[in-house]
Amino acid sequence: MTVTDGIRSDQQGLAETGPAEFVSGPWQDSINLRDFIQRNYTPYLGDASFLAGVTERTTGIWAKLSAMFPVEREKGVYDIDATTPSSITAHKPGYIDEANEVIVGLQTDAPLKRAIMPFGGWRMVATSLETYGYPVSPELETIFTDYRKTHNTAVFDVYPPGVRRARSSHLITGLPDAYGRGRIIGDYRRVALYGVDALIAGKKNDRAELDMEPSTEDIIRAREENSEQIRALKELVQMAASYGSDISKPATTAKEAVQWLYFAYLGAVKEQNGAAMSFGRNAAFLDAYIERDLKAGTLTESGAQELIDDLVIKLRIVRFLRTPEYDDIFAGDPTWVTESLAGIGEDGRPLVTKTAFRFLQTLYNVGPAPEPNLTVLWSDKLPEGFKRFCAQVSIDTSAIQYESDELIRNEMGDDAAIACCVSPMRVGKQMQFFGARVNAVKALLYSINGGRDEVSGKQIAPATQPNADEVLDYDTVFPAYLETLEWLAETYVTALNCIHYMHDKYAYERLEMALHDKEIIRTLACGIAGLSVVADSLSAIKYATVRPVRDETGLVVDYTVEGDYPAFGNDDDRVDAIAIDVMERFMTMIRKHPTYRDAIHTQSILTITSNVVYGKATGNTPDGRRKGEPFAPGANPMNGRDTHGMLASALSVAKLPYSEAQDGISLTNTVVPSGLGHTKDEQITSLVGLLDAFTSASGYHLNVNVLNKETLEDAMEHPENYPQLTIRVSGYAVNFVRLTREQQMDVISRTFHSH
Amino acid sequence: MTAINLGFPSVACPVVVEHVDLSVDVADEISALNDVDRKAELHTLEMKAIREGTVASVHSWELVTAVDGPGTRMTLFLSGCLLRCQYCHNPDTWKMRDGLVTPIEDLVARMTRYLGVFKATNGGLTISGGEPLMQPAFVKRMFKEAHALGVHTTLDTSGYLGKSASDELLDNVDLVLLDVKSGLPETYKKVTGRELAPTIAFGDRLAERNIPVWARFVLVPGLTDAVDNVEAVVDIIANWPNVQRVEVLPFHQMGEDKWDRLSIPYPLHGVHPPENDVLNRVRGQFEARGLTVF
Repeated sequence: MTVTDGIRSDQQGLAETGPAEFVSGPWQDSINLRDFIQRNYTPYLGDASFLAGVTERTTGIWAKLSAMFPVEREKGVYDIDATTPSSITAHKPGYIDEANEVIVGLQTDAPLKRAIMPFGGWRMVATSLETYGYPVSPELETIFTDYRKTHNTAVFDVYPPGVRRARSSHLITGLPDAYGRGRIIGDYRRVALYGVDALIAGKKNDRAELDMEPSTEDIIRAREENSEQIRALKELVQMAASYGSDISKPATTAKEAVQWLYFAYLGAVKEQNGAAMSFGRNAAFLDAYIERDLKAGTLTESGAQELIDDLVIKLRIVRFLRTPEYDDIFAGDPTWVTESLAGIGEDGRPLVTKTAFRFLQTLYNVGPAPEPNLTVLWSDKLPEGFKRFCAQVSIDTSAIQYESDELIRNEMGDDAAIACCVSPMRVGKQMQFFGARVNAVKALLYSINGGRDEVSGKQIAPATQPNADEVLDYDTVFPAYLETLEWLAETYVTALNCIHYMHDKYAYERLEMALHDKEIIRTLACGIAGLSVVADSLSAIKYATVRPVRDETGLVVDYTVEGDYPAFGNDDDRVDAIAIDVMERFMTMIRKHPTYRDAIHTQSILTITSNVVYGKATGNTPDGRRKGEPFAPGANPMNGRDTHGMLASALSVAKLPYSEAQDGISLTNTVVPSGLGHTKDEQITSLVGLLDAFTSASGYHLNVNVLNKETLEDAMEHPENYPQLTIRVSGYAVNFVRLTREQQMDVISRTFHSH
Repeated sequence: MTAINLGFPSVACPVVVEHVDLSVDVADEISALNDVDRKAELHTLEMKAIREGTVASVHSWELVTAVDGPGTRMTLFLSGCLLRCQYCHNPDTWKMRDGLVTPIEDLVARMTRYLGVFKATNGGLTISGGEPLMQPAFVKRMFKEAHALGVHTTLDTSGYLGKSASDELLDNVDLVLLDVKSGLPETYKKVTGRELAPTIAFGDRLAERNIPVWARFVLVPGLTDAVDNVEAVVDIIANWPNVQRVEVLPFHQMGEDKWDRLSIPYPLHGVHPPENDVLNRVRGQFEARGLTVF
């Protein structure tokens, strides 16, 4: 594919308006963001001393929004446009403070006003409106029930009974069959670098190629998608024009680059209510423009920081309309506007730029916040100044997360970004079919009960011989578990194939996919919840004495545990090996089943905040966990069982092989500040060391909270005093005061590592 | 929830016959051990192995950061202590017989596993307790193994059994965390049930050998906070030029439930952590003598 025409005109444009040309290269002949970045970015090896503080303008804009947050927190939403189905162009321009905004654009015509997006499913829209006391338009209801089929309806048209059973018994939950799947990152940089005209030209070239292919089902679908993509790009130009910007041509200044990039992202979040609407890997790209303007004297450091501050403010107020059930799974109204920072390039140069610092600096300039989900691709080879600044920001704000740059780069190169929490993908070249997760704990209980649900007693999995032993024997329990998992893997892949077929058909991400290559890699992202409960339960059966307790129908409803067993999270190979074995085997089982669009099977060990609802739906377990008690989040060891310190706990998790969980392995840890040292300097050194040690041991992901338990307890009692208290949960951050009380209690009950 | 395994398999110990001299106090402890209702024969062998240092009676291990020495440490908590500090937050480490007898090879293997961690964090091995110098032969061997692997070593001790630490043991110690639990002999006795003098003697010896020391003092309202007691601690510590920092640790009540679980009457029930002004006053007393205080 070439976009030569568009780019040639771009280069002439730069020569006329810009002080200096960018370094030329293959990026001018075809869409190649990585090549542009590699040739034009300036690695920054220094410390944070160059950064500029907040300007009055920025503070003023943030204050306007801050005044609106209490109402939003109180009501659940600030406002809703209940009658305009959202699209890229549906809403008139909106502003927070038109005269003072340097970067403009809102999802609707006013800040914090949420839009309805009915293509995913009408019921979710109607329920949300009813929940928040807004009228449901009868006309729209007719359209989206009688005339226009939605994704949600379509999926249920094709689910087989096994999937429905597994779904209603909470064995497979959180599936994106009633909400947007998300976890697709448009390469929003393309709009800034090439301008939309060039992108449309590129898509037309793709189309010409497709027109030469025989009209098989795949090719017909690809042609339709291509047409939709071009339509979406044209709408994007219209939307930007309504704000007075012509994005048909490339950005010529840093300010335009930020603005064009944001318009592209804004188009995506106007169109799609995806579970995770991640932003990509933009800092080094933007830095090339900023450096050029700084050198030319047309921009100051303070001005550069204002651009990033204003962009971040916009990213902080992305909102979607969601139901209370959805909030149970993904608590705290997250949008996962994940921005991936830093990392090391394939040539060994750090991808750390001053703009990576500027993104982190927003947490000081406009205070801590959960979004954008700032994610540092960590390597022990990152420059010391950057490492120390990250650690400092973590200690001060608990707002950033870390993922292993080495593991991601080795697999996907140095232009990959995180979608959602832990899912890496090559920007513009790869997407995923998000698959939520299965309850691996419940599956274990089913295998003991011959496929019956331990809570309802209903037969859910195919009937097998129930375990009849007085004392559970590992060599009986484990093979039975594998049998149940085989059935679960097949049922799970079936569900996901149904969902994504219909999502493509009824709720296709036109704009996000327009910002992808023609040929892309797709992954089918499966997932496991409750791995540590499974490992501990099997360990208890193997190393202690576990006796099942049966009710009058013979259903095992409880377990008594005598003796000790090694628990996951103590760097003890006896039990860690069980966790590894289970995840590897389940991945192997998943791989046996063909996928929609030949997606590559992957899995994650991630729960988001659904560890609470999964736990709620799951009976007593052989590790001694009580019925209804939350699972540990992600791949975390169970609360209080990791008794050998934070790093030993992390090293157990680090043993889970990334090769068998390429959609990510999530670990969240909380350490009290004094657990890192006496002085700030000592604490920073300690945290840098811990991150180096963890990633060097092949640890994949670490959410770090540096907090005292007392702070959280006080915030529960006096939420008004903590409007910006941010904490990391499983793979993202939330405003602590926006969690439900139940979720707050879950967070507080987790291990706080101290001495 | 059931108890958590320490991560070490329990093993029968190798037979060791060589006799090692012990202080009278330790011998008392051991004769007490021999009285317990266990397989006496095996026990004797275990004790011999402990004396030889080929095994240790271990309470637990932990990877800790920034509290038991620099960087991230593998801290080994050994079982057995002769002091009975009123504020002890680990009374479950008092009895050597309550520990898990663990071969040194297993502990060296675990330490070796963390070489990368030590390198990344500039950390190392800390032996704490209990009182590690209850098992000096093991400490000597373990530190020697650590140095052979290039691992930084820290000894966390009250100094009461300082004379059990041979020069050869101290040759492989990079840092000592030395608890000076009180400065007035009578207060020291009240706090710990033992004498102050051995700690001072051990500190003097460390000073002579110029082994870096982080001195520690636990501030307990109504017990150790008297101005003259603190001043006496300052006098002792200021005399040692090898002290790099002083950690004034405010008393906390987190140990109480362990005393309850062990059914030992807890002498400090109801005592509150020190007020900030007292803490600042005490820190000021150390700082006034030019000491670095955390």
